Amino acid sequence: MSAFYALLLTVAFLVLIIGLSKKIIQYSRVPAPLKIPVTPAPLTKGGVAVRLAKEAILFAALFRSNKWTWLFGWMFHMSLFIVLLNHLRFFITDVPVLLVLLQNVGEYAAFTMFIGLTGLLVRRIFVARVKYISAPSDYLWLILLMVITLTGIVMRFISHTDIIAIKEFSLGLMSFNWQDLPTDFPLMVHLFLVAILMILLPFSKLLHIPGLFFAPTRNQVDNPREARHISSWAAELDAEKNKVQPK
Amino acid sequence: MADFETPEFREYPTIPLIKQDVMAGKGPFVSRAEFDTDLGYPGELPEDWKEKTLEKMGDLLGRYRSLQVFMDSCIKCGACTDKCHYFIGTNDPKNMPVARQDLMRKVYRRYFTFAGKFFPKLVGAVDLTEDVLDEWYNYYHQCSECRRCSVFCPMGIDTAEVTMAAREILAHVGKAQKYSNQIIQKVYKIGNNLGLPGKALKGILEDLEEEMEDECGVPVKFNMDEVGCEALLMTPSADFFAEPHIDGLIGYGKVLHELGITWTVSSKASEAANFGLFIGSYDNIQKISMRIREAAIELKVKRIIFGECGHAWRVAYSFLNTLAGPFDFLDQSYPIPQHILEVTYGALQEGKLRMNKAENDHLTMTFHDSCNVARASRMGDRPGGQFDIPRAVIEASCNNYVDMDADTIKDATFCCGGGGGLLTDDLMELRIKGALPRMEALKQVTEESGVTNIAAICAICKSQFTKTLPYYGFEMDAIMSVHQLVSEAIVMTGSMQEKELDGVDEEEAESESED
Ligand code: SF4
Ligand code: SF4
Repeated sequence: MSAFYALLLTVAFLVLIIGLSKKIIQYSRVPAPLKIPVTPAPLTKGGVAVRLAKEAILFAALFRSNKWTWLFGWMFHMSLFIVLLNHLRFFITDVPVLLVLLQNVGEYAAFTMFIGLTGLLVRRIFVARVKYISAPSDYLWLILLMVITLTGIVMRFISHTDIIAIKEFSLGLMSFNWQDLPTDFPLMVHLFLVAILMILLPFSKLLHIPGLFFAPTRNQVDNPREARHISSWAAELDAEKNKVQPK
Repeated sequence: MADFETPEFREYPTIPLIKQDVMAGKGPFVSRAEFDTDLGYPGELPEDWKEKTLEKMGDLLGRYRSLQVFMDSCIKCGACTDKCHYFIGTNDPKNMPVARQDLMRKVYRRYFTFAGKFFPKLVGAVDLTEDVLDEWYNYYHQCSECRRCSVFCPMGIDTAEVTMAAREILAHVGKAQKYSNQIIQKVYKIGNNLGLPGKALKGILEDLEEEMEDECGVPVKFNMDEVGCEALLMTPSADFFAEPHIDGLIGYGKVLHELGITWTVSSKASEAANFGLFIGSYDNIQKISMRIREAAIELKVKRIIFGECGHAWRVAYSFLNTLAGPFDFLDQSYPIPQHILEVTYGALQEGKLRMNKAENDHLTMTFHDSCNVARASRMGDRPGGQFDIPRAVIEASCNNYVDMDADTIKDATFCCGGGGGLLTDDLMELRIKGALPRMEALKQVTEESGVTNIAAICAICKSQFTKTLPYYGFEMDAIMSVHQLVSEAIVMTGSMQEKELDGVDEEEAESESED
């Protein structure tokens, strides 16, 4: 059983990294032939970095469009971020003080994460417009994440797992030195679903993570009059056309 | 009138309930082969349409990062679902931006992604059939490419990019839209969207000169094909005869005259509009843009100034340098290209224009931000100049100005309902319904602040308003050009208006000059 999980998680990790890298390479290779930032847009690269940071950290556009979706969505993502940070301690031998401190508040992030996910699911089921655009997979993602969160909560607050053993297992994973994994039911479910999530991420709408940063509508500088923007295939076309020049 | 009902004003604008398939149908008239072949399209459905469709789709996915990223990154959060004026006006769920994108995304997933190839049901992927193509044709011609949805999308997904790609794909399998293609063909054959030949244009401009002489006593020039002027004026051809567009043209003429900027229009490039944008064709946008470069070279001008037109300004501001540049033969001390509002605003700042605002005292104005100016371009040197500059010019021309509701202006502005190649009679129902949110905002300020007129800086908006205003109980001529206000208020040096204002009547002036 431990070996199965070790293999599964290693494969999942590789799929995640390779799949995501492939997508990122694809996105960066496809040219953006025209300047299409949604204006008003920043006039400098620094300004663009601020714009993207506001979107990635605060979900600024979502805040403007729908307060409820923003509330639940932001709650979920920020909690997830804290929860992930908390999980770092499974992969570091000497946990830094900061992470230890974070852990005290951090363990409650699982609850806000669950509330956020529930809010999003309720919205998806009960708001007719959102229901209309939802495919089965859209519900499944939420349910998958909810189960992962729940099993995590169970292990942390109800039937405690052998944390030390898990840490040994995870540290072992990184050095391909597979250790025994405790065989609690919640842990089995938790890890299995996490593996599934990692494997599916590069093939799903969870691609919104890199997608956000590659949207030309948000990552372009507004300076078309000052700097001539020309992409590879457009440049070819440009040369071919052999433009009229003043005599 | 027509066989549909103008939507009622809603007491409190609320999010509409969805009503399936209200706008299902055939979409606008399909182009005839003769228009298509000139533009490089087949003009009829080829036998291998399915392969051709997917091939073109793959091609575009590889050419446009926007399309590739947007196909993947939608999280179905629903934030955009209530942001489109066509959804608000029609209630058809396929007019929700994400649902509009999904028409293509479903096919993308089926043929271009792992999940859709093996688990189509799970991720909502569908096979490409002729019905799917017809649905594309219908709903991708119910999007004005206004980008309002993209402002609110957490992923920055711009449905306009998807719509343009869809139209380009459709054109490659013989399903192009008649209106846009016919217009582009006219641009190539005659020089402008309206098919106005050089001779007729010359006649119009000469009449305008005479009219100016009579009204103001100043020789305001409206040149055509005059070599050696300082500026080439690129303006939508509607400015040459439609109301209220032409009053705007008169305004540009007066401002440029007063500033001593000589200018000319070109009979070969007598059109600022570029419908290549609407049909999503890079080749055609470029070909149409090249006319501007050629005209500027031929007429030996130093600068290029654009008149009031929304999408033309997007193409000019954002794309012209890429498509037809570099413009190293023009005077680099001016922005290339420059908007007429930038010229007027700059002159006002420097105190070079004398304005008699009282001329417009019978009006209380509001301003409609045109989508392509608001969300796809800029004016001046600050972000948001595209909002402040037109307002500053209006406020310099009249005493009474009120903004509409904050959710309906600036970058949240609602499309007039006729942009993006939809300004055609065969889409009248869509145009009227899509105008609802703008009309509601206008109604509110007419009731609360006594607004009498609305100004715009886009030829399409102006034409669309002329049509829609009466359906909603407003006067047809409530729509005005921004430079029409300027034209009314400006006091040109040596004009009759100047003399009148300074209390010197004509006879005195004459006797003075005799002294
Ligand atoms: S707002 Fe953007 S991410 Fe959300 S459903 Fe609409 S298109 Fe998709
Ligand atoms: S671009 Fe404008 S018209 Fe098109 S879907 Fe978005 S909001 Fe609607």
